[in-house]
Amino acid sequence: MSVDSLTSLRLKLAAQDIDNVSSVHRFLSPAMVLQLDARDWGKAAEITKSEHWRWAGIWAEDRGAELVVNACLEHQGSYLILRTLLTPERAILPSQAPHYWAADRPERHIRDLFGIHFEGHPDPRRWIRHQAWDENVFPLRKHFAAAGTPPGETPPDRDYPFLKAEGASVYEIPVGPVHAGIIEPGHFRFQAVGETVLHLEERLGYVHKGIEKLAEGRDPAGLARLAGRVSGDTTVGHTWAACMAMERAAGIEIPLRAAYLRGLLAERERVINHLWDLGALCNDVGFAFGHYQFGRLREQWLRENQLHFGHRLLMDRIVPGGVAVDLGPDAAGTMGRSIAALRGELDELLTILDSNSSLEDRFLGAGVLSTELAAALGALGFVGRSSGQTFDVRRDAPYAPYDRLTFNVPTESQGDVASRFWVRYKELRVGLRLLEALLEGLPEGMVAVPWQIPPEGAEGFAAVEGWRGEILCYVRFGAGNAIARYWPRDPSIVNWPALEKLVLGNIVPDFPVCNKSVNGSYSGHDL
Amino acid sequence: MLRLYSKIFKTGVLTEKVPKPPSPGIGVAEREEAIEQVGRALKGIVDKRFRGSLAIRQVDAGSCNGCELEIHALNNVYYDVERFGVHFVASPRHADVLLVTGPVSRHMEAALKRTYEATPDPKWVIAVGDCGACGGEFGVSYASCGAVSNVIPVDLAIPGCPPSPLALLQGLLSLCGRQ
Repeated sequence: MSVDSLTSLRLKLAAQDIDNVSSVHRFLSPAMVLQLDARDWGKAAEITKSEHWRWAGIWAEDRGAELVVNACLEHQGSYLILRTLLTPERAILPSQAPHYWAADRPERHIRDLFGIHFEGHPDPRRWIRHQAWDENVFPLRKHFAAAGTPPGETPPDRDYPFLKAEGASVYEIPVGPVHAGIIEPGHFRFQAVGETVLHLEERLGYVHKGIEKLAEGRDPAGLARLAGRVSGDTTVGHTWAACMAMERAAGIEIPLRAAYLRGLLAERERVINHLWDLGALCNDVGFAFGHYQFGRLREQWLRENQLHFGHRLLMDRIVPGGVAVDLGPDAAGTMGRSIAALRGELDELLTILDSNSSLEDRFLGAGVLSTELAAALGALGFVGRSSGQTFDVRRDAPYAPYDRLTFNVPTESQGDVASRFWVRYKELRVGLRLLEALLEGLPEGMVAVPWQIPPEGAEGFAAVEGWRGEILCYVRFGAGNAIARYWPRDPSIVNWPALEKLVLGNIVPDFPVCNKSVNGSYSGHDL
Repeated sequence: MLRLYSKIFKTGVLTEKVPKPPSPGIGVAEREEAIEQVGRALKGIVDKRFRGSLAIRQVDAGSCNGCELEIHALNNVYYDVERFGVHFVASPRHADVLLVTGPVSRHMEAALKRTYEATPDPKWVIAVGDCGACGGEFGVSYASCGAVSNVIPVDLAIPGCPPSPLALLQGLLSLCGRQ
C-alpha cells in the first residue's frame, strides 16, 4: 500500500475526530492494519466509502478475554484491515452495512456465529443460522464444542420472514432448497406478476458445514485439505489462498517453480470452469450444441489434469510450502499442444455462436447488472468485470507468478448475460496465453520447502484471483502449529446479492440463465 | 447453421466403451466381468424392471460441489449415461434412485428426509463421495450429520473425492446388477 493513501486516510479519520487509531502494523503484509475504537467503527466505514475504498469482507475472532473484529477494504490494489476489540460481555459494534451494501450478509453471519450485535444494521433477520443450533449459542465462540450438543433431528427452517408482496395478480414462487437439476441447495423466493419477476429473495445457508469451526486445531496440511473443499470447483483457488496465508504467517517463501506450478493449476481451473459455464449457459437457453461442445472440451482438459497432475479437479495438489506434484519433462509439450488445439476449437465455436441469432436473443439484454450497482455492491470476478469493474487481484495486487507476467483483463460494460458470457470467453483466451507463458518460463528447482512451525499468534492474510474472482483468506496460528482461526472469503459472498438485483424485471423462465451467468457457489458462501 | 452442422460432423461420436474397472473398490462380484457386459446386463435389467428407463434424482445434501461436477460429467458425450437407459430427473417423485452427495448438513437433514419420503418405493439410495460415504473431511459436527447413512438408509456408497465419472458409472452398474 502506498504510504500516501494511508496517510491521507488517517488525516481524514482524524478530521472526523477518529484519532485513537493505533500505529500501523505490518504483520498482515501486504495488508495494513488500522486499529480503532469500537465506537468509531461505523464512522470509519463512512469515511472509507467517501474515499472510494471497496468493502471486501469482515471476520471476527474469539481470543478469550476479547473479541477481535476485522473489516477488509481494498483501494487500487491496496488492502487495509480495520481492526477493533470488544469484550465478550459487551459485544456491540456500529454496523458498516448502512455505508456498504456488501457488509449486510457478512455482518449477519458474524452475529449468528459470534453473537456480536451490529447496531444500526438494516436487517435484523438471522442469515446463516437456520435451526442447527440455538439462537443464543454461538458456534465460533471458543467454548462452543465443534461437536455441538446432541442435536436430535434438525427441524426445517420454515418460519424465515421473507419479504412479502401483495396485490391483485401478484403471486409467489418458492424454489428449493432441493432444486430440479444437479446443483447445490438453496432457496429462492420470487414474487411475480405474470411472467415478470417483481422481487427475488435468496435464502442460503443450507450447506453450512461449520468449516470455520472445523479448521480450529488443524495442522497446516489438514487446513489445506479443508480449504480445498470450501467450494469444490475452486479447490485450487481456496487451497492457494489458505497456503499463502499460512506461509506468510510462518515466514516461508515458496520456490519459484512452486509458484509457477500453482499458477498453472489456477489457470487450468479457470479454463475448466469457464468451459463448463459457457456450455451450461448454452444449455439454459436450450442450445444443446453449445452445451455438448464445451462439455466435450472440458472433459478433455479434465483428463489432461488427471494425466499430468493426478486429479481431474486438481484437489490437494497445493500444499503448505509448495505443491505436491511436479511436471515431467514431456508435460510442457503435450500441454502446449492441447492449448493450441483448444484455441483452434474456440475460434471455430466463436464463429458459430456469434452468428446464432437465437442465442443472441436470449443472452442480450437479459439480467442486466448496471455499472453503478456493480460498483455499489463491490461485485467481483467476471460478474464485476462484465459490469465495468476492472479489478483483478492477479494484475492489481500481484503475487508470484503473476508479478512476472503481463496480460490483459477483459471487461465489458453492458452487464447483461451476454457480457458475462463473453467476458468468460475472453478470460479463457487470456488463460490460455498465461498457461503458455507459465510453461515457457517454468523455472527449474524444488517444488516445495519444508514447513516451519510459526510462533503462537502468528497471522497471515492472502488475496488470490480464483476463477470466480478475488478470494481472501486470514489465518492465525495458536500454539504447536495448530490453526486458531481460518477465515476464507469466496467471491460468491459478494456476488450473490447481485443476482437478486439483476433478475428484476426479467421473466421467470430466464432465471436459470441469469443465475448461471453469475454462478455463485453455495458451499463457498455457506461455509 | 452450415458451420454448426459441419462442426457436429467433424466432432463425430466420442462416446466410449466402458473399460474394465482398473482396480477393486466397488464391492460386487460383477466388477470382475467386462463392464460392457454389465452394461448390457444393466440395459436388460433396466428394460425389464424399469420399462426401459432408470430415473435418478440427484440430491446435494451438503457437498462442496465437487461431486456434482463429476455427476454432471456422466452426461457429457464421453460417458453418455443415457445410453444405458439411465437418466436424471427433476423430481424425487419420478425417481427410482437417489444419488446423494455431501456430509449431510444439519440444515439439509429435513429436506433430505422429505426427498427420500417423496421417492416412491421401491427405491435405492447411493451415497456419493467420501463425504456421503463416511463424512469425509467434515465428519459429524454441530453443523453436519456426516455420512448419508446417518440420515436415510443407503444401499451403496461410492467413495472418492470426488469419484470419477467412471467410478460413478461402475457403482451404478453394480447396484442395478444386484439380484
